[in-house]
Amino acid sequence: MNNLDAERLYKTAGIEEALNDPQTAHLTISHDKVVSSRSLPGLEVIAKEIKDGVDIKIVLNEGIVIKNPVHMCFGMLKKEGIQRILLDIDIKRKAAISVLAHCIFPDAVKVQHIMDGKIKVGEGASYLYFEKHIHAETGGVEVYPKARVFLSDKARFKTEFELLKGRVGKIFIDYETTCLKESVMEMTARISGRGDDIINIKESGLLEGEGSRGVLTSRVAVRENARAEVFNKLIATAPYARGHVDCKEIVQDKATASAVPIVEVKNPKAHITHEAAIGSVDSKQLQTLMSRGLSEEEAVETIIKGLLS
Amino acid sequence: MGILEIKNLSLSLSGNDILHNISLEFTEGHIHAIIGPNGAGKSTLAFTVMGLEGYKNFEGDILLDGRSIKNMPVDGRAKAGITLGWQEPARYEGLSVKEFMRASAKDKSDKAIKEALIKVALDPAVYLKRAVDKTLSGGERKKVELASILVMMPRVVMLDEPDSGIDVASLKNIFETIRLLKKGGSTVILITHSLTVLDEAEDAFLICHGRLVEKGSGRKMRHYFKGRCLPCNHQNEPGETEGE
Ligand SMILES: Nc1ncnc2c1ncn2[C@@H]1O[C@H](COP(=O)(O)OP(=O)(O)OP(=O)(O)O)[C@@H](O)[C@H]1O
Ligand SMILES: [Mg+2]
Repeated sequence: MNNLDAERLYKTAGIEEALNDPQTAHLTISHDKVVSSRSLPGLEVIAKEIKDGVDIKIVLNEGIVIKNPVHMCFGMLKKEGIQRILLDIDIKRKAAISVLAHCIFPDAVKVQHIMDGKIKVGEGASYLYFEKHIHAETGGVEVYPKARVFLSDKARFKTEFELLKGRVGKIFIDYETTCLKESVMEMTARISGRGDDIINIKESGLLEGEGSRGVLTSRVAVRENARAEVFNKLIATAPYARGHVDCKEIVQDKATASAVPIVEVKNPKAHITHEAAIGSVDSKQLQTLMSRGLSEEEAVETIIKGLLS
Repeated sequence: MGILEIKNLSLSLSGNDILHNISLEFTEGHIHAIIGPNGAGKSTLAFTVMGLEGYKNFEGDILLDGRSIKNMPVDGRAKAGITLGWQEPARYEGLSVKEFMRASAKDKSDKAIKEALIKVALDPAVYLKRAVDKTLSGGERKKVELASILVMMPRVVMLDEPDSGIDVASLKNIFETIRLLKKGGSTVILITHSLTVLDEAEDAFLICHGRLVEKGSGRKMRHYFKGRCLPCNHQNEPGETEGE
């Protein structure tokens, strides 16, 4: 059954090829079982099965640069259940890695996916993490992605969270990053909700180090009765820290959206900006596409697709 | 009967009378110009013909092939063959030049889209994948706008200041593209306050302060505009002092 599960997960994620490549590391978890994994020299992956989930420890040794993106696949093919992923990631000095994670819940009626991440990116190291969700059309998924990220001097961390396929269900993102000297952080979330989906994004960055930089980006589209709340917080306490918060939410039908940006500067040499746009599709964008022959629906679709891409 | 007729059109915006009893007739397959100083009402007239939101409450009528399009929505007018190249075109986050052009293209093939980009002096290898967002320069965005209209091959196209932001070297490509539109059967309406653009037109209408002042051949109107409008201290204040 494990192989069948794995196959279905890969197929849904469209990553079969990468998993057969001996140069590409991967880790596949179906509910609370590790169904497949491959490591590479310098990259240690320890996955321990726990109740309703897996406890994962990843260490990338000093100076190791992994070329191909590492594939992680977390799925739950059952209709009901809880999946708990504990993720402890330690990227040592001057190492670099990118991870492409797929979270797949194609048949969920009542599924909870809890991710609890602790991420340390060492001096001059780089960690890129893309998480893509593919959910059932029923809206029966609850997702709780939580991450605490710590960036050493000159470290780089970039994360993108994408939930565009299937219904959201309920999602509560809670990411927090602390940035030391000259480190760079970018956190982006792109989510499209409808039905009675609930989207709650909480991203915060603490720019503690001199010359550290951070950008928080949220792109949300809600329609029907969906609700979105975005809380972005960026605090700069060090000189020459630079930050930007950028939130765009497109609202249609009876959906609602809110944005609560908190920007705080505690050093006169730091600088943070924020912009938020919430509401219907921009009229000029809409009318331009309509003046080219697209119907209103087609034009809105095109604009939203672009915004979330 | 012209392909497009504007009949006794008057329009107020926020309580201000902007267009006063304007009547214009456009001949099928011709290149026309609507010329006039800043604030004359040229863009407003184009928005009204396109039927944009906020420009629907006007007196008079607009006819396409002799039939009123007054109650037609924007996309209906576009499907009937009318389109507009904007003075300051919209920017779209995440939408590639290719996707933007495909949205309006008749022939949606990559080949047709690439060819149109080359016509407006944009290298497809560089621009197809670029987003139509804030990072395109003003001139690049105007070129993409024109290319997206070229692939649409509309029956009637209003180009609002097609030369704005365009460098001298590319201007030639812009005019060639406009002639291509005509060759393909489009009726072209150039909106401008530039004599260089006016020179591309066979017929022209001069609008000043929301009124039609004069009409005639491109040559006649050049003479009129240069001799009487450019030196004039009118409240529309034409700032342009273009050479020959
Ligand atoms: N929504 C509005 N409410 C009030 N006045 C408006 C509105 N839109 C435009 N106007 C005014 O109508 C006049 C005509 O504007 P329009 O943009 O059509 O001029 P134009 O001829 O295109 O000028 P330009 O050469 O500068 O592009 C201007 O005085 C402008 O300020
Ligand atoms: Mg104008």
